[in-house]
Amino acid sequence: MKERKSSRPEGLVQVRPSPARPGPALNREIQTKIGQQLRAVYDDIVDQGVPDRFADLLRNLDTKVVRTEGVDKDASE
Amino acid sequence: MSRDPSGRADSRNDASVREAMLAAVPSLRAFAISLSANVDRADDLVQETLLRAWANLDSFEPGTNMSAWLFTILRNLFRSEYRKRRREVPDSDGAYADSMKTQPEQASRVEFEEFREALGKLPPDQREALVLVGASGFSYEEAAEICGCAVGTIKSRVNRARTRLAELLAIESIEDLGPDRELRAVFSGGGS
Repeated sequence: MKERKSSRPEGLVQVRPSPARPGPALNREIQTKIGQQLRAVYDDIVDQGVPDRFADLLRNLDTKVVRTEGVDKDASE
Repeated sequence: MSRDPSGRADSRNDASVREAMLAAVPSLRAFAISLSANVDRADDLVQETLLRAWANLDSFEPGTNMSAWLFTILRNLFRSEYRKRRREVPDSDGAYADSMKTQPEQASRVEFEEFREALGKLPPDQREALVLVGASGFSYEEAAEICGCAVGTIKSRVNRARTRLAELLAIESIEDLGPDRELRAVFSGGGS
């Protein structure tokens, strides 16, 4: 889009809306609604918290590394 | 690059890293589900992300944003998978709804599903940008880093995503509400 602008005669540029805006400016109400719905969909999953599967996974990862390091270095601490 | 040779410092770091990873899981899942539209696949993605992150802890710079780092890994994993498999078979609406913690009321549930469907129609570039900035709470700069592109690119993707969503939702609401509105007008004009 930017490259086309440079090839266009200068007089025509002003016909287009300001490139800072994404096409026709979105109705603020719609924008707010979109934001709210997006967050609702997202937060619904976030609110599920951490399924056991992942808590277990991370716990086991931790144990494994500690054990490896313990063997590698010193069994104490 | 260089790993701290002190075993003590390492294990203390590991504990805090593990905690930070745990704390990031809920939003990683939300991001993964928004990318893959399939809850099981998304959870596998999160698992792969955690394993990959743990195996590559050396490349994480302490003091930087752990969450952004994990999002980057997840996003890249998804991208490389995506190229191989194309889009995953999306869950049926029912399966997705069952995974939801709260069961919204019928009317808002329809709206919820419509929005989710519209979100799924966005090109992946736009969807991820919108989710990162609009829902995950990352700045444009952070989102640009996660996606490996310029800040301006993220901004324009977010703008295009919003515009496209507005179009998709407007079309749906005209279809849904249009005749209904007319009917209501007829009833209110004729009766009482």
